[in-house]
Amino acid sequence: MANKFHTNLIVSSAPHIVTESDTTRLMGTVILALAPAWVASIYIFGFRALLLSIVCVAASVLFEFCYNKIMHKTQTIGDLSAALTGLLIAFNVPSTFPLWQAIIGCAFAIIVVKQLFGGIGRNFSNPAITARIFLFISFAGNMSTWPVTRLDATDAVTGPTPLAILAEGSTDQLPSLGQLFLGFHGGSTGEVCALALIIGGVYLIIRKVISPIIPCAFIGTVFVFALIATGSLHMALFHVLAGGVLLGAFFMATDYVTSPKLPLGQLIFGIGCGIITMSIRLFGSYPEGVSFSILLMNICTPLLNNLSYKFYLKEGGAKNGK
Amino acid sequence: MSQRKHLPSIHVPHHKNTAAAETVTMPVPDEVSISMSQNIGAPCKPLVEKGDYVKVGQRIGDVEAFVSAPIFSSVSGTVKAIEQVRGSMGGFETHIVIETDKKQEISEEVKVPEINSFEDFIKAARDSGMVGLGGASFPTHVKLNPKNLDECKYLVVNAAECEPFITTDNREMVENGQDVLDGMKMIMQWLNLERGYIGIETNKPDAIANMKKLIEQNEIKDMEVVPLPSSYPKGAERVLVYEVTGQTMNAGVLPAQLGVILDNVSTIGVMAEYIKTGMPIVRRRVTVDGDAVAEPKNVFVPIGTRIADVVEFCGGYKKEPRKIIMGGPMMGRATKSDESPTMKNTSAILCFSQDMAEVKEETACLNCQRCHTACPFGLMPSIFADAYADKDVDKLNRFNVMQCMECGSCSYTCPARRPLALTNKLAKFMVKEASK
Repeated sequence: MANKFHTNLIVSSAPHIVTESDTTRLMGTVILALAPAWVASIYIFGFRALLLSIVCVAASVLFEFCYNKIMHKTQTIGDLSAALTGLLIAFNVPSTFPLWQAIIGCAFAIIVVKQLFGGIGRNFSNPAITARIFLFISFAGNMSTWPVTRLDATDAVTGPTPLAILAEGSTDQLPSLGQLFLGFHGGSTGEVCALALIIGGVYLIIRKVISPIIPCAFIGTVFVFALIATGSLHMALFHVLAGGVLLGAFFMATDYVTSPKLPLGQLIFGIGCGIITMSIRLFGSYPEGVSFSILLMNICTPLLNNLSYKFYLKEGGAKNGK
Repeated sequence: MSQRKHLPSIHVPHHKNTAAAETVTMPVPDEVSISMSQNIGAPCKPLVEKGDYVKVGQRIGDVEAFVSAPIFSSVSGTVKAIEQVRGSMGGFETHIVIETDKKQEISEEVKVPEINSFEDFIKAARDSGMVGLGGASFPTHVKLNPKNLDECKYLVVNAAECEPFITTDNREMVENGQDVLDGMKMIMQWLNLERGYIGIETNKPDAIANMKKLIEQNEIKDMEVVPLPSSYPKGAERVLVYEVTGQTMNAGVLPAQLGVILDNVSTIGVMAEYIKTGMPIVRRRVTVDGDAVAEPKNVFVPIGTRIADVVEFCGGYKKEPRKIIMGGPMMGRATKSDESPTMKNTSAILCFSQDMAEVKEETACLNCQRCHTACPFGLMPSIFADAYADKDVDKLNRFNVMQCMECGSCSYTCPARRPLALTNKLAKFMVKEASK
């Protein structure tokens, strides 16, 4: 009688089923959403863009692996977050950027920004964006030497980005909006093809991986700010399409860990990113301000969380069916 | 009533594999073990002693307390033992173990109740032994007798059955729809209610069609079927009251305070059976399913039958069982052994093999807030988890942890596999302890 029963069953708290979607799958979806921009970057900048992205992904994963090994932590390379960081670093530097410098950037992102603060879920700022700023300050020359696209008819090897042309004031040489939209202009590896980034961003919103609040607020603010400041619809669209706004708004400002939890905070976060970006572009000495804007708003995230909690709790916390 | 915004909900796989499986009656097992703790409130005291001969429908457990329901023998046979068994809640329960003689002799106590007044009706509800068969096992006669009865206008019947796998309410409406309507009629008559609503998720088209047809055939004017979206947790009391009446119901509030009498559909059907035949609750319909069961079925199980006997009737295990859940996979309880007996509120027995039983490893919170957007009440389980770890009772209170109804939506959606529903439960316990 005694051995008739199974008496050693697993007992755990409800619920006993969970969704299929886990961290790995979420990160994988973001990487998939970056695929169009990745393919476009290889088409536009050639083999060097492919090589750079492979090196950055491999380096980031390796640094994460080694850090976890040395510190005797649970191995986390399987969740693909390090691979995503590596890909975003490659996207944020010129395709001709020296590989050894890119590897230093990956080490900084993974070890300093991510792991020293406690690893995935604990970093206060986006590792890729912080690495971009780190590289920008450390290797300013290489970080502002932009290769021309494969389709450039001239014999030049390097050329300026649209925002750099604008900063110099030579507006007649600006690329057309069509060129910007398709990505045939100078810039960081992954930021040039607006079309591919929009496809990826919309895919993430449809798959409900990201909420549309931050990208809409960010891009909308850039558009409105530029429209008011320049008085020209053409220039407003130019500011949205040129530089890193789309890459930043869809893929880096929306990083769960470093953006506010509640919609109100996310709205302010997105607007703040837009205002800082445009202030740097129009009034600062740098032609581009997306990375600084995201980093600064990352730092504001705890404050925005506290602010939005206040409003959330004033409504009674729970929605109570309203 | 239709254009209202729905509360947040999540999509869980339905797995209603047994929706079309007609209920079969299993043979009486050699032995049953009937728990004396089958309802919320006071546990019953045994009314029989070791060696007594008991018959089907004989009252074997009862207690004086108001919030309680009597317990009846589901078999005829001899009381073999009265023992203390560790129950699924962790504490000890008294069980009456009966060795059956398989004759299923009906007790002389079983007779059709005479109902001439509201008091008679409430007494009949108690004598039927009914508790909420959906899982909460709240004594039905208490629910039907609120303090503010004259303010109550509506009867809301919970037939949402939002838990995956379970199809017992569905079968009750398909097989026993007339009794459900009769039960509703009696409740509305004796409690003087204006209107009856049957809330059914749209993934049960057979049940919806049958109930609509019966309402039409009986020419009933004051009842209607309310189709609900098939998303979890539409069958939670507070969600259902909102979906049907539009009234917000906070934790700690009873439906009656909002003018609503709310009962599970099977509860009403079985109670109507008692009022017609005099046979109290001695068996119940159980969905047996899960990847470790050979033949998933809907079975009428004598209360007290051990899980192993029920599964044996369903062709036994086809894989080694590693987890057995009494109730649904979202809110049901895992039992440590298939020796555990079925109870009045055992709506399902789900046997999972290693593939489905494995508890996934927890990883770091990504702050994605899926737990927050999944919560029907918009609570923030990730904050509860942090505050619980910090033992910050004040923060738990500020963020309204006590509003949590432990539906499990947060744990289900968490990509980091955090056991948020568990931390919510523990956090609520911590708040209760602190307020003592």
